[in-house]
Amino acid sequence: MKVHLSHPTRDVELQGPKRVADIFKELQLIPEAFLVIRGRDLMTEDEVVADGDSIEVRPVISGG
Amino acid sequence: MRCRKCPKQAVLGMPRHNTAFCGPCLTEFVRTQVQRAIKSQTMFAPEDRILVAVSGGKDSLTLWEILLKLGYRADALYVDLGIAGYSERSHEKVNRFAHDVAESCGSKLIVHTVENDAGAGIKELANLVKRPTCSTCGTIKRYQFNRVAWENKYDVMATGHNLDDEAARLLGNVLQWQEEYLQKQSPTLPASVEGFSKKVKPLYRMTEREIAAYAVVNRIDYLVEECPMAKGAKMLVYKDALNRLEMESPGTKQRFYWGFLEKQKKAAAVSSNMTMANIDQTTLLPCETCGQPTTAGTCSFCRMMARAKSPIR
Repeated sequence: MKVHLSHPTRDVELQGPKRVADIFKELQLIPEAFLVIRGRDLMTEDEVVADGDSIEVRPVISGG
Repeated sequence: MRCRKCPKQAVLGMPRHNTAFCGPCLTEFVRTQVQRAIKSQTMFAPEDRILVAVSGGKDSLTLWEILLKLGYRADALYVDLGIAGYSERSHEKVNRFAHDVAESCGSKLIVHTVENDAGAGIKELANLVKRPTCSTCGTIKRYQFNRVAWENKYDVMATGHNLDDEAARLLGNVLQWQEEYLQKQSPTLPASVEGFSKKVKPLYRMTEREIAAYAVVNRIDYLVEECPMAKGAKMLVYKDALNRLEMESPGTKQRFYWGFLEKQKKAAAVSSNMTMANIDQTTLLPCETCGQPTTAGTCSFCRMMARAKSPIR
């Protein structure tokens, strides 16, 4: 699967299928600070991302 | 994961409430929380004119959208900081939202361009006055926001500060024991003296993640990129620490900030001298240059502008 990340902007490839919660663990990200979006839809931590999917892991924290 | 209110697939789990919502139920939940904040903190009435500070980010555009959906009379102010690339992109997001959503509600966007006023963008200005960019930016935004609200007779000005912002600010103030700043950490600050507009934070009950989820669900096209000047900001460190605690113990941020508000309320009930209005009335006087309230003879904005325009710095 293709994972798009921000701050800094980059794409990483991960082996699927994988639960969103496990993607957070593998990327060492705190779930409270991110949303996972597939297409235009949000995904919950128990949902599974297929190997051929593209997702965005979007940060929600701003400095203000 | 299923929505706790209906049989649909959930789009967001909310561990601090031990619940999960689908898109429509999340939208209803967030709007209800904002309405509760407005009423419980006596922020404004349906007939009041509100000025929302917008930056193009998720919090401010979401706040503007929610207020309009709830039927409030909300215009917005965008301050163009003149940060190469970033300001153009954020301005474009705000313009698009104003055109696509706000105009049809009879709401307007006001734009203040720092460069037109100061002769330089925020970064150059910060260099000229030898102050950190974020602090220069804060001074300018607070000043212009208050000026525009006051001159245009808005009843109240609203910012998109959320639970994460307030909890992180509280943590920073407690770590430094900045007690004078603690007094200003209320979601509603009164129009305490002539020249000061009332300030409110209707999103203080919502986390950043819940607001971002609301924005995605409701197709609010916001700027995801972070301000380049915020890199390394202390607030980000405090937010990260709080989010780590939140993961271990859901509800930590809420208990921390809301608990503080409860203590603040009890202290104000015991001593009326503790209210912000009383403190402001005894410490603030009109600025000798512009007339806005200040604790010094000349306000920090006017001092900064004088320094920026002076040949000797």
